Amino acid sequence: MSRDTSQEAVLERASLRASVLDAIAANKHLKGSLLPILHDIQNSLGHIPSEHVVDIAEALNLSRAEVHGVISFYHSFTTSPHGKTVVEVCRAESCQAKGGRLVEAAVKAKLGVDFKQTTDDGEFTLEDVYCLGNCACSPSIRVGADIYGRVTPESALQLIDTLKTADAS
Amino acid sequence: MIKVENPNKDYGTPSPLSFQDLLDGLDSNQDIETVSGTIDGQSVTVPKGTSVMRAAATLDVNIPKLCATDSIEAFGSCRICLVAIEGRRGFPASCTTPFEEGMNVTTQNSEIAELRRNVMELYISDHPLDCLTCSANGDCELQDMAGAVGLRDVRYGYEGENHLDAVKDESNPYFTFDPSKCITCSRCVRACEETQGTFALTIEGRGFDSKVSAGQSEDFIDSECVSCGACVQACPTATLTEKSIIEAGQPEHSKITTCAYCGVGCAFKAEMKGDQVVRMTPYKGGKANRGHSCVKGRFAFGYATHRNRITSPMIRDSIEDQWKEVSWEEAFSFAASQLRGIQEKYGTKSIGGISSSRCTNEEVWLVQKMVRAGFGNNNIDTCARVCHSPTGYGLKQTLGEAAGTQDFDSVEESDVIMVMGANPTDAHPVFGSRMKKRLRDGARLIVVDPRRIDLVKSPHIQAEHHLKLMPGTNVSFINAMAHVIVRDKLFDADFVAERCEGEAFDEWMAFIRDEMNSPENSEAITGIPAADLIAAARLYAQEGNSAIYYGLGVTEHSQGSTTVMGIANLAMLTGNIGRRGVGVNPLRGQNNVQGSCDMGSFPHELPGYRPVTDDEVRGTFEQAWGVEIDPEPGYRINNMLDAACAGLYKGLYVQGEDIAQSDPNTHHVEEALNNLECLIVQDLFLNETAKFATVFLPGSSFLEKNGTFTNAERRISPVRKVMPPLAGLEDWEVTMGLCNALGFEMNYSHPREIMAEIASLTPTFANVTYERLDAEDSIQWPCNDETPDGTPIMHIDDFVRGKGLFKVTEYVATDEKITKRFPLILTTGRILSQYNVGAQTRRTENNTWHDQDILEIHPSDALDRGIVDGDRVKIQSRSGETHLNAIVTERVQPSVVYTTFHHPESGANVITTDNSDWATNCPEYKVTAVQISKVIADQEQSDWQRQYETFSDKQVELASSDTEQTA
Repeated sequence: MSRDTSQEAVLERASLRASVLDAIAANKHLKGSLLPILHDIQNSLGHIPSEHVVDIAEALNLSRAEVHGVISFYHSFTTSPHGKTVVEVCRAESCQAKGGRLVEAAVKAKLGVDFKQTTDDGEFTLEDVYCLGNCACSPSIRVGADIYGRVTPESALQLIDTLKTADAS
Repeated sequence: MIKVENPNKDYGTPSPLSFQDLLDGLDSNQDIETVSGTIDGQSVTVPKGTSVMRAAATLDVNIPKLCATDSIEAFGSCRICLVAIEGRRGFPASCTTPFEEGMNVTTQNSEIAELRRNVMELYISDHPLDCLTCSANGDCELQDMAGAVGLRDVRYGYEGENHLDAVKDESNPYFTFDPSKCITCSRCVRACEETQGTFALTIEGRGFDSKVSAGQSEDFIDSECVSCGACVQACPTATLTEKSIIEAGQPEHSKITTCAYCGVGCAFKAEMKGDQVVRMTPYKGGKANRGHSCVKGRFAFGYATHRNRITSPMIRDSIEDQWKEVSWEEAFSFAASQLRGIQEKYGTKSIGGISSSRCTNEEVWLVQKMVRAGFGNNNIDTCARVCHSPTGYGLKQTLGEAAGTQDFDSVEESDVIMVMGANPTDAHPVFGSRMKKRLRDGARLIVVDPRRIDLVKSPHIQAEHHLKLMPGTNVSFINAMAHVIVRDKLFDADFVAERCEGEAFDEWMAFIRDEMNSPENSEAITGIPAADLIAAARLYAQEGNSAIYYGLGVTEHSQGSTTVMGIANLAMLTGNIGRRGVGVNPLRGQNNVQGSCDMGSFPHELPGYRPVTDDEVRGTFEQAWGVEIDPEPGYRINNMLDAACAGLYKGLYVQGEDIAQSDPNTHHVEEALNNLECLIVQDLFLNETAKFATVFLPGSSFLEKNGTFTNAERRISPVRKVMPPLAGLEDWEVTMGLCNALGFEMNYSHPREIMAEIASLTPTFANVTYERLDAEDSIQWPCNDETPDGTPIMHIDDFVRGKGLFKVTEYVATDEKITKRFPLILTTGRILSQYNVGAQTRRTENNTWHDQDILEIHPSDALDRGIVDGDRVKIQSRSGETHLNAIVTERVQPSVVYTTFHHPESGANVITTDNSDWATNCPEYKVTAVQISKVIADQEQSDWQRQYETFSDKQVELASSDTEQTA
């Protein structure tokens, strides 16, 4: 792996690593601490930097491959940085039956990105998701940690607007 | 009755019995709990814990399977092995379902057949249909199973989303990874974890996106993969395939033989096409390796047919002359007349021979016989002199036999393992993997090593204590361990009273109790904090079965023999000897170190470790050979070299050993070799020693000859000829030819006749025959009328010498002192991919991993000297100077530097000194006081390295003929 050796890149790597080490220190005592550590890192950095997987592996006496296997298994862990807010639109059966596809189209148009993409301003990442466990209130979307049910294209766009304004103020 | 496992059959899941239980169970079934029932109407009885799949396989009812193989635990993912069990709902997987008492299993009916076909249909819908041109054609379990389940069409078509375009990873020099052929059965991932213990592979992603990933989605070569081949062995499809098979196609016949690399002595199947080896696969019936392998034995056999092989005898008058290719007869008579001429001029004792730990028992036997009977003196030594001679001496003194006490299976029952001065995962990788498996299952680990070897901490392995001692202070450490055990009254008083000599023990007790041996005093010498040492001693003494494994980090010291005796003392003191799971285990460096010592290639001992000064022993040999044997011990290797420098020793025959590279203080060795009038080298290649020779006799590799090797557990295993010797003669025939030219007749037509002679003259080998080796695969000596089945564990009821003997082991500091001028200690070791002087492995793709020797230096020492990673550095000792590239690492501790000695141009032994073990003259390779400094840009090489290059180039040129022979 060729590394960027500019001062900025070095400092950024150091700060990422510090967060990773903090997450390890905070959870290492737990039984089965790998998932809590990964959640902590994902929450604080918005992703799990691949080059610091080695720190996690060493701390838990695992191989890099094992940690990589776990990270890649769960969709909620990502290895590249996300937008500030993640918008997940459910595409499972119940949501599709109740008009989820319209919500999907509206959100894509509004943000100008497809699934798995991040807006140019780095504000939003759009993800598809297959069931949020909220089928009774389909269609559903999740914005950050909050799940919204009975969403319409209009209410979804409103929600995004609110976030944008909240962010601007 | 439990059936003997057929090593050529895959039973699908492992036996619930340990290897040892399996063996014992065959003798007497009483202790093993069994269950009985029926499979397809046939009655079957198996050990409790056996899977339905394995139970069926013992009846030769072979349930279709994909994700199961008997080297790894059942996984239950492929869903092909479904069966019906009376009284149970559904169709359980036979691999994960234990066979139970009274169970009635049906393995085939129409419902099961349809289920299996449906599953197979899904697999094949995402698999290339190129069977005819596929590299696994003829060796593909997927193909076999598609046939077995009767798949006739795939209803889903092949156009849907698939993995057929996945890109091949060809980064490993020996095998390719083709994910388009992968069925994600995880066998490779599990083999890497369970068999090898490296954990380099994983399944990445989930569902349809699941795929095998090395490291973090890297090429195999960039991951932690150590290329042991376990994944390739486990793969049921063409996904992981040897490049040699892709190139040549499937083998058509095979022979079982024994690996010629380290002292583990793995059994391999040499898989052949005609006389060409296309693949070496680990043999499940091999009792040393149990079906596992490493990158050397599995893949690095290409040296046997390397273009550097010299295939014609050569002679010359002086080392300034061009070599002349001659017939065998001419070479023999030239060599014999030179040797006889020297003896006439300088006396009988002016010539001698060195045998090799890389050659077979039979070959070593002949070399020592030729020296004793043909040369008429005892100037015979072996390269084991420079590695494990202190083991022979120390264990003989204390326990009565110059060998390790256990078999490798024993480690499965150890509770505490102490590894001292050994690096099993690099130098004895297959045993290293077996040890790691036991450690993952709960055994506790103490590592005594100046350097952080991989066992100290690697995935799922962590040493409880890593005692980082200063090189050269082993004796102080081992004494402090015993002191703590005595002080805390943790010793096994009953064992000592019953099994050991009382008077010697009392004397030893008085010595060991002395305050000078306390951990607190030892700390000042070894650098090991007293508290850590005390904890380690208590762990060793108190937690059940404790075993000690040690290597050259123990023996290659000025007090090597003392440490070996200290280790034996410790084992006797705690009663950790004479049963499974315990013992004193020397890990032998080369394949036949044990054997070359057993065969009497020592200047003071006849075969079986019996003194040449003993008239009675000598008499038996004199009678058998019809000659008089010199009653006076001869020269050791170092004596030979000293005598050559002094002009007293003029002729030397060296078989399969490269003293110019491997022996210490290269300047001295070179001076000695230059002083010889006749140097005869028998080797595969024009090695460093051969560059000083006037007679070159081409040797044969282990693939080209018959014989036996004896591994670290005293296991005698057959070496079988799979191709004709390139130069026409096997090594034993060469020695015989030379000996006959000298006028001492030898007439053997096959090595089996040599073994018959060995057995007739060596009490510990009395009942060993080729017929038995063919029938039993291997035998552990002693094997005679008292122990007709051989001896996996020694000293069970009595020590070989009767009572165990405690020896007083006083610590004496080495003369090799650090000073202002030489403030650092250099210690040397090995690396996984290379073997010894590298003559074999350097001529294979193993160089991909290690193409040069590197100096390891601690960050604080590097900082003091302005050294950063990759810098060229000068290493100076009292003996010499050489230059290497440096790596800055905390693997070594401050004031200790480390390197390997696999490449001749590194000149690692230019730096090592003449110091040696007080009892055996084993060189003190592990301790050299040095200074390290950065070199200036235009000084890539030291003076020695420049001279070496010029000399070596010239010698290679002198050996090159019109046909080939260029380096």
